[in-house]
Amino acid sequence: MIRTYYDEMYDGAGQVRPHYREFARWLAETPPELLAQRRREADLLFHRAGITFTLYGDEQGTERLIPFDTIPRSIPASEWRIVERGCIQRVKALNMFLADLYHEQRIIKAGIIPAEQVLANEQYQLAMQGLDLHRDLYSHISGVDLVRDGDGTYYVLEDNLRTPSGVSYMLEDRKMMMRLFPELFAAQRIAPIDHYPNLLLDTLKSSSPLDNPSVVVLTPGRFNSAFFEHAFLAREMGVELVEGADLFVRDDRVFMRTTDGPKAVDVIYRRLDDAFLDPLAFNPDSMLGVPGLLAAYRCGNVVLANAIGTGVADDKSVYPFVTEMIRFYLDEEPILKNVPTFQCRKPDELSHVLANLPDLVVKETQGSGGYGMLVGPASTAAEIEAFRARIKAKPHAYIAQPTLCLSTCPTFVENGIAPRHIDLRPFVLSGKETRVVPGGLTRVALREGSLVVNSSQGGGTKDTWVVEE
Amino acid sequence: MLSRTASDLYWMSRYLERAENLARMLDVSYSLSLMPQDGRGDGLHELAMPLLITGTLEDYHERHGQLHAERLLHFFALDAANPASIYSCLGAARASAHAVRGRITADMWENINATWLDIRDIAQQGLSRYGMSRFCEWVKERSHLFRGATYGTIMRNDAFRFIRLGTFIERADNTLRLLDARYEMAGDRAEPVTDGTAHAYYQWSALLRALSSFEAYTEIYRDAPGARQVAELLLLRADVPRSLRACSEEIDQILASLPGINGRPAQRLAAEMDARLRFTAIDEILEEGLHAWLTDFIPLVRQLGDAIYSSYLEAA
Repeated sequence: MIRTYYDEMYDGAGQVRPHYREFARWLAETPPELLAQRRREADLLFHRAGITFTLYGDEQGTERLIPFDTIPRSIPASEWRIVERGCIQRVKALNMFLADLYHEQRIIKAGIIPAEQVLANEQYQLAMQGLDLHRDLYSHISGVDLVRDGDGTYYVLEDNLRTPSGVSYMLEDRKMMMRLFPELFAAQRIAPIDHYPNLLLDTLKSSSPLDNPSVVVLTPGRFNSAFFEHAFLAREMGVELVEGADLFVRDDRVFMRTTDGPKAVDVIYRRLDDAFLDPLAFNPDSMLGVPGLLAAYRCGNVVLANAIGTGVADDKSVYPFVTEMIRFYLDEEPILKNVPTFQCRKPDELSHVLANLPDLVVKETQGSGGYGMLVGPASTAAEIEAFRARIKAKPHAYIAQPTLCLSTCPTFVENGIAPRHIDLRPFVLSGKETRVVPGGLTRVALREGSLVVNSSQGGGTKDTWVVEE
Repeated sequence: MLSRTASDLYWMSRYLERAENLARMLDVSYSLSLMPQDGRGDGLHELAMPLLITGTLEDYHERHGQLHAERLLHFFALDAANPASIYSCLGAARASAHAVRGRITADMWENINATWLDIRDIAQQGLSRYGMSRFCEWVKERSHLFRGATYGTIMRNDAFRFIRLGTFIERADNTLRLLDARYEMAGDRAEPVTDGTAHAYYQWSALLRALSSFEAYTEIYRDAPGARQVAELLLLRADVPRSLRACSEEIDQILASLPGINGRPAQRLAAEMDARLRFTAIDEILEEGLHAWLTDFIPLVRQLGDAIYSSYLEAA
């Protein structure tokens, strides 16, 4: 099968798209040696600054750089405005869904989502049932993963409502581009993003009913793969970066241990999964959490951002219903499209899936991070047959989607510049208002033909520009 | 400030100061080992001094057996398997900095991170290729740079105080130990303390140079270095920045300026120590015997360290 890819920089006729013209002119004028030298400089600067991540399963805890590509991903402002509205709409509906799910469950009663899809879901937290949250907000920080298909249409690949990461790379990539190539920013209007930490702090503060709440960032610790980001955000916001052992609960209130005695904590931006938050309520073996935290939370004495139990809304088995949620709660037509999804639990869709396995991507509903997945076009006949047996045995545990073409963007590779597949994760902040900084994190699959953009799989990042035409 | 944060800041600067002091010890021993040894062996004994002072000589013997110049130097300076090596100290300092990178400035973090990346390169090259004296100079320079970045960029808050606290506790301990060791090497303790032999001269001037106090010494005493003056300079002079008195004065002031009341035990110990040094004359110390006096004082510094730990740094 011949696939056509949408390229961000060049149109079908090989002409530079208007929003890339300025950049293309600059690229043509700049000597390749200078570009190569600046790329080395970027590597050195990232290394010096220790902007790294740690790979799990690596005994040495080796810190690695995420490859940074100096060709930006550029989005025309008019196009961005649609994406932005789409992301905001989606996150609003998802927050309303969560509030509904943990209260009246109108959407289930209306027959839009089958009860067993959500109530039997592992991510559904009984402890949240009936608990009122300030502003009815559950997912304060959300990441919406977008890809573009062959004709350039944006699709939402998945929603991330637990502890979406990557925003520090978005900010550091921009800093690096401005440092290396200031002339590019002088030549055209690129929307600024540096105020993200400010907006984040504002969002976290507005998640609490208190006037000036004390905010902290809770990290699993320095060995976590995203520790750099936790420390980065705490520093940029000017708040404490705490580990579980730094906090304790007394009389259903949360305190941190300081050199000046205990100090009250009102809002916790936690970068720790639900299961590790409180050993008394969840995983008793967790050394990372704070005993008694859930009790304090249920008393309304502390805000967790994001709330407990948001995972039920970004589960792959719930994903197919998000467009319906938007219609149900907002009475609006969805601005961003879902990837068409076949639910194997439905007999007619299952037979379609089984008949078309070589063309489909099949995912486990509970899986994440690329585990338990079949990419049909990239698999052998034997792998497909093995997977077929697994689907037949447990059809309700799988969904299937057509293999998307993922747009490409020119990228520096070994021998010059070549197109590589990319995605986009804008970060949506929900507080008093719902806001998105222009752009987001663009991840790029550096291996030729690869569609996997994860940093653990050799993916890199690019600066993301929203350009005024 | 979070107790754990304070603890990481404190240990960051302690380890860095320790690395610097180890390099200073190594530097002086290395240059003395190159001197004619007038019947005192082949300089190996001198090279083993830093290990003796830091209490790692046994560890060395267990792993490497006989004294061997190159192995000794590598073990002390670059051995990642030796938790007390300069390499390990810089690694520990960098790990602590990593944990609190949100609380130190970018200049400080990039500086200490670059130091760590560099020493890994040096370890790959090996000491003999890099050069012994050059290595010691490099360690001192990195420590100076970091201190400069710290003083030049960080806010004057509790973070700054805990960083300095670590530096001065470590430095006080180091000055005491170095002085004790050199006093032993300088000759028979029964000899008059104004020992003027060439051997003693080199021992004392090497010590002064190791502590960057040679210029101060000549300016104050205008005399060849001897035990009495050196001891006075390094123990009691408040205007010599690596002296015990200078350290205790800093520690006392820093502790007094920390908020809260849970630090009282540490504050009292520090004030007592500072008062004791302020109102002691060198003759009293020598009457008691320098070695005996130092042996009494070293545990006091450790006690103070423990009190700081339980007052401020204990996280759980």
